[in-house]
Amino acid sequence: MIKSLFFSIAFHTIMILLTILSLPFMIREPVDLPPIVSVELIQITDKTNIPYAPKARKVIEKVKEEEKRVVSEQAPPSAKAKEKPDKIPMPDEKKEKKEIVKKKQNPEEIKPEIRQSSEFEKKEIIDTNQIAALIDKAKQDEALTQKTDSKITQSNQKNSFATGLTLSQEDALRAQIFGCWSVPLGLPYDEDLLVRIKLNLKKDGTISKSEILDHERMNRPGQKFYKILAESALRAVRICQPLKVPPTGYDKWKELQLNFNPSEMLKG
Amino acid sequence: MKKLLFLFIIILQPTFAYGLIQVDITRGNLDPLPIAVSPLHVDANSKNFKDIKVNKLGDKISEIIEKNFKATGLFNPLQKDSFVQKPDIAHLKPRFEDWRLIKAQALVTGKILVKDDKLKVEFRLWDLTASKEMIALAFTTTPTNWRRVAHIISDKIYERLTGEEGYFDTRIIYVSETGPKDKRVKKLAIMDQDGANTKYLTLGNELVLTPRFNPANQLVTYLSYFRNLPRVYLLDIETGIQEVVGNFPGMTFAPRFSPDGKKIIMSFAKDGNSDIYTMDIESRIVERITDHSAIDTSPSYSPDGKYICFNSDRSGLQQIYVMKSDGSDVKRITFGKGLYGTPVWSPRGDLIAFTKVRKGRFYIGVMRVDGSGERLLTENFYQEAPSWSPNGRVLVFYRETKSGPQGKGFTAKLWSIDITGYNERKIATETDASDPSWSSLLSK
Repeated sequence: MIKSLFFSIAFHTIMILLTILSLPFMIREPVDLPPIVSVELIQITDKTNIPYAPKARKVIEKVKEEEKRVVSEQAPPSAKAKEKPDKIPMPDEKKEKKEIVKKKQNPEEIKPEIRQSSEFEKKEIIDTNQIAALIDKAKQDEALTQKTDSKITQSNQKNSFATGLTLSQEDALRAQIFGCWSVPLGLPYDEDLLVRIKLNLKKDGTISKSEILDHERMNRPGQKFYKILAESALRAVRICQPLKVPPTGYDKWKELQLNFNPSEMLKG
Repeated sequence: MKKLLFLFIIILQPTFAYGLIQVDITRGNLDPLPIAVSPLHVDANSKNFKDIKVNKLGDKISEIIEKNFKATGLFNPLQKDSFVQKPDIAHLKPRFEDWRLIKAQALVTGKILVKDDKLKVEFRLWDLTASKEMIALAFTTTPTNWRRVAHIISDKIYERLTGEEGYFDTRIIYVSETGPKDKRVKKLAIMDQDGANTKYLTLGNELVLTPRFNPANQLVTYLSYFRNLPRVYLLDIETGIQEVVGNFPGMTFAPRFSPDGKKIIMSFAKDGNSDIYTMDIESRIVERITDHSAIDTSPSYSPDGKYICFNSDRSGLQQIYVMKSDGSDVKRITFGKGLYGTPVWSPRGDLIAFTKVRKGRFYIGVMRVDGSGERLLTENFYQEAPSWSPNGRVLVFYRETKSGPQGKGFTAKLWSIDITGYNERKIATETDASDPSWSSLLSK
């Protein structure tokens, strides 16, 4: 009894000493990371899909089969699981062109060629469907998926935890609405004009219900500009539907809030 | 034990509660809004009035509305060939889904009735995406006023869709120029903002310069030389009555009204030195605002009347300065390369328009009232004298072309440009034109 107590005390002392000694080394200066700039991603897999060398293809297929087997032993794969998780709905080419033309009007905006992309986004561009298949299993499990996302988009945790959309999914949706929203240019840029619209979406991205969250402000006297902004925002979401929502995770995005704030744009 | 295990599993069961997804939309497009302007339906009980053919009036009014919208660059009026409903039925209740098919987002419909020498026009603006009426108004006037009705309708729709006041029911006064460059005949002329209804207000036997509208009413002040002496005139456009405000010694420049229309601010040379003065229109009392050995000219009030911007060469080169309306607290606001002149405060109060000369080129630009955010909107061989539209969105100015070796090929025309720097347009005038000034809204 005394012996084991002695061991326990000795062991705990060692642990405490180790902790005290190693702690100063663990505290590091915070890494000064550049802010993550959101970048519109274009799926270029079709154009850049270089066929694998025969040897590599065999390895990949073998791994794929093994994955399938593991999955089938546990549970039959659901229909959702088969869908490619990183198949991101992208704005069509036409809208992309429009975006570039529009940038002329705002010289302060970052030009496309000097846009910064994070490591995660670079990976996304390189990812092919074959590689995506390898991580199918991980993506099946929602919890695991969230964990992975949080590691990659560390400075944008809001996107993955709070909103449930990845940065690229959110960007795709944003880019779609940019294209549909004709901003009323007569609005004063120095007023607080933020219109919040809550949408209830169907699985195909169409809108079943739209609601302006500060609805009562619309009919208040002196809120003419707010009303016009709110109407333009509603027009935008109606024109845009079906919205480009992710093919999976309906529960996450069946309710969606869009915050329309044109002040940056109006300031020019 | 089983119960305990069950409880344990329940506790450890991962639960997911997603917050409401929020996406911030901070950008939109600047594409013109597709709008369908249906011809106004003419009521069968209408009768012709003088030489106005009533059955054509519906088409004509809708054409003017379309032209106004097109000129803004903010709207894209759709081709009438693609319209899917007759004007009378669309005016009662449009088939929204059909209009949406031609990609229209807004629809204008209307009805006309000319009876008992009166023109009654009603119109409706429909939001096609929300399938609802946005605005419906009716006007009664004399049938000869039909062009103004078209402009007023345009203003109401513009205001409803963009949030800012329109500028279609307005007029532009300018100096009409004819004859060779060394023997120009200059008359005062006025026209609607779209170039229609030109009228000449002076005969051309005296040199006229710098007409300026009163922002509060339809009075105009201008400068004219009588026996080689500059005189400041006041002209009431409604009545045609003209009066001399005063004879001023030496060079007098650019009289302009204060925002309340009760004072005229100008610069003139006294004892060989140009300074800024104001004159009360009622009492004719002249008050000196600046007192500096440098040349101070081109004063313009801020819309609240508290500040004045002007140009001065007190720093060596001609630059723009801002001071309080009593002449105190003078601050230089331009520090860029080149010369700055003709500052004009926007009716919205947020910007100052100016002319800049650099390396022999002339620019029209805008900047914030503290001199920051300078944006040059247009560049040319010679252009100056910007004047704001009453809503502070568009500038009108004049541009001259270089004359040839024999003095030929010289022209002076009016142009307009949006403050975004887009949508530069030539305004059609009967003769050459210079020194434009935009009126406030007639229907205000």
